[in-house]
Amino acid sequence: MTFAVTILAQDAAPAAGWFMPGKGILAITLVIVAAAVMLSILWARAGRPIRIRKIAGLDAVDEAVGRATEMGRPVLFIPGIQDMDNIQTVAGITILGKVAKTAAEYDAEIEVPTTRSLVMTTAREAVHASYLSAGRTDSYNPDRIYYVSDEQFAFVAYTGGLMQRKRPAACFYFGCFFAESLILAENGNSIGAIQVAGTAETTQLPFFVASCDYTLIGEEFFAASAYLSGEPDQLGTLLGQDLVKGLAWAAVLVAALLATVAAVTGHEGLASFVNGARAALGGG
Amino acid sequence: MSDRPNESFLARLDRIDRRWIFLMMAIAVAGPIIWVGVTGRTFPETATPAVQGAFDAIERLPEGSKVLISFDFDPASAGELQPMATGFIHHCQLRKHRIYAMTLWAPGSPLIGATLADVIGSDPSYRYGENFVDLGYQAGNEGVMKQVGVDFPKAFPNDSKGTPLARIPMMQGITRLSDFDILISVSAGYPGGKEWVQYGVSPTLTQGHRLPFVAGSTGVQTPQMIPYYPVQMSGILGAIKGAAEYESLVNAKATAPGETVPAKYQEAQRRMAPQLFGHSLMVGLILVGNVIFFAGRRKGAAE
Amino acid sequence: MGRNAAAVLASIVGLVMVLTAFARPLEFLGTAVVDWFNVLAAIAFVLGGANLLKMNLLKISARDAGWGYSAVTVSVFLITIGVGLLKVGAHPDPLHPDVALSGDKEAVGGAFWWLYEYAMSPITSTLFALLAFYVASAAFRAFRAKNTAAILLLGTAFVVLLGRVYVGVLLTSWIPADNAWVSWLRLENLSGIIMGVFNNAGTRAMMIGIAIGIAATSLKILVGLDRSYLGSSD
Repeated sequence: MTFAVTILAQDAAPAAGWFMPGKGILAITLVIVAAAVMLSILWARAGRPIRIRKIAGLDAVDEAVGRATEMGRPVLFIPGIQDMDNIQTVAGITILGKVAKTAAEYDAEIEVPTTRSLVMTTAREAVHASYLSAGRTDSYNPDRIYYVSDEQFAFVAYTGGLMQRKRPAACFYFGCFFAESLILAENGNSIGAIQVAGTAETTQLPFFVASCDYTLIGEEFFAASAYLSGEPDQLGTLLGQDLVKGLAWAAVLVAALLATVAAVTGHEGLASFVNGARAALGGG
Repeated sequence: MSDRPNESFLARLDRIDRRWIFLMMAIAVAGPIIWVGVTGRTFPETATPAVQGAFDAIERLPEGSKVLISFDFDPASAGELQPMATGFIHHCQLRKHRIYAMTLWAPGSPLIGATLADVIGSDPSYRYGENFVDLGYQAGNEGVMKQVGVDFPKAFPNDSKGTPLARIPMMQGITRLSDFDILISVSAGYPGGKEWVQYGVSPTLTQGHRLPFVAGSTGVQTPQMIPYYPVQMSGILGAIKGAAEYESLVNAKATAPGETVPAKYQEAQRRMAPQLFGHSLMVGLILVGNVIFFAGRRKGAAE
Repeated sequence: MGRNAAAVLASIVGLVMVLTAFARPLEFLGTAVVDWFNVLAAIAFVLGGANLLKMNLLKISARDAGWGYSAVTVSVFLITIGVGLLKVGAHPDPLHPDVALSGDKEAVGGAFWWLYEYAMSPITSTLFALLAFYVASAAFRAFRAKNTAAILLLGTAFVVLLGRVYVGVLLTSWIPADNAWVSWLRLENLSGIIMGVFNNAGTRAMMIGIAIGIAATSLKILVGLDRSYLGSSD
């Protein structure tokens, strides 16, 4: 509470203080989100059960890699087309670790073309660790995780050709995708591969849904590491996410109700309060 | 010859080689392109509120206003976005605004020079460094957006040819993003309009006023931009349709009734005919797909 | 040990970056770190280029499937680097005509410009245009009215597809445009309502959910709960 008062006081007096003006609400939101997540982790650590619903796309990893092994074809994994400073790429690499471990256990070949050399280096680390934990370091081949091009459509051309030539039996697309999503997924569809995708790019989700067997939509993608590990700490963060989502939902509902009542009744005090709140939240 | 002789026509249609669909799409698009090329005819356009908002935001600025336009796209998406960039520059020229062009996409840099040369290259009233400047490409994505918000010359110390900003007359007095009168972003993805709202425009909010912002984006990206209209953004040109509507507004201002509009200012409107046939083919394909689906289901139920 | 050090470093840098968004004295670090990342990314280009050469040369020497494409890739890669570094065909800078390599490599008429204009532009435009073909094929195969949700999806697709082109205007032009009670039924208006209301509401909800997901994932990395990106899933 004291923190919030200090922040808002500094927010209102931009010339003084160390705090940047106009960031008060953002700082308080950040603290609420962090507190909700950390408290939920402590809740989970205390041994309280947390149930997580089935995510069919992640359950299908074993099936897809197993099919690739039976058919003697490779597994293709694409961790998006952005660099390591994009959180979606980080989430994609996390899932790559799981897919690579399954591939190592089944002795399936995994191929990871990347658009950034930093992603290539990180992906090699993740895959190597997976092979290590599966006890199959002898099968790990760093040359199957490589850089293609930073240029979006050069990467698409290469990957499309690779799919047609090597005909992978399972294709995974986890990360940040743009216009290439449909071209990749349709190429995968044309060769009859099992396809699983996950992205937080809302504009690309319809393409993946149309062409892939399973798609992780938005936040499901970020829940993947918790789902796959099942660790209390990770599951706790999911609970925290849901708490914050509940708060956001309540805030939207209350704000919509207040704005509607102000518009219908013409109550000046209420309208002034709603406009003030909008301005404080950056709505202008 | 079919490898399944007893198969019905609809069942065979369901297994159609996708290259036939590709061919149909090629014909649906190529035919109207040729027709428009020969006749020069275009469809009439009525501006939607979002496009009208973009037009009005530039129109209401006083003559000589400072317009920062970011070419955040590459040659791949130029087919959809270049008519928007051309339209914005043309509109700014008509209003005699000062144009500051930049890009956060490396392959977008040559597009700036080409667009400026195409639209204002032959206008003697537009002189480089006084009325327009090409600031070129700067690496760093959102980092550059944050940087221009607090120290513009640090983010862009030179123009695209390496001339220091201090030697460019129209850069005098430009210290940060809020010194401009409006920001325009023509974007194909990341970094683009969404990032400009979050890291560029929103921090300029002071005492209830923020830098006016207008964006043009690809059809796929547009749904992601709509939540920011009309508060954080004054207007949006969504896809080639939005560009065509904007072109029709600018052309109505630029030319007298009956006067011929140069083809370069009708690029988006000329692309609406292929768009029409492409969309109609899609509707037809979806209908055929569903006829096949229901016929198959009925047959399955009967068996 | 190495991975622990990396995780600690990631936590410290991440927390400092969070503070730069709020603390005035640390503001300069926010842009400085971006410069550092750019330096790192520039060095990574060398790593990427070396890897590209290695992989493609291996393919050529092993006569793997598609090795001919690798030969083209290696040739064009080396030609583009050579042309760009040596500024082949670039006119000298008018201000410094006596200085070697002072010209602008991207200037019209130079070899680099030529590669951009006549190789990169048409190739990438063509690949982007392929989307139209793939969209048509995916729509034919996937847009089936299998259940109520799919029927709603189909109806929405029809309205938006037709409402965005002139045929939509023609089809419902008989509906009076000046009667507010019925004018919203015109396809171009209905399409606008779908995009601005229903689609917008869904997009906003997803954006909120994704933003919370990003915040939680970032927090896990900042406090070291998630190190799987470092290759330590266990």
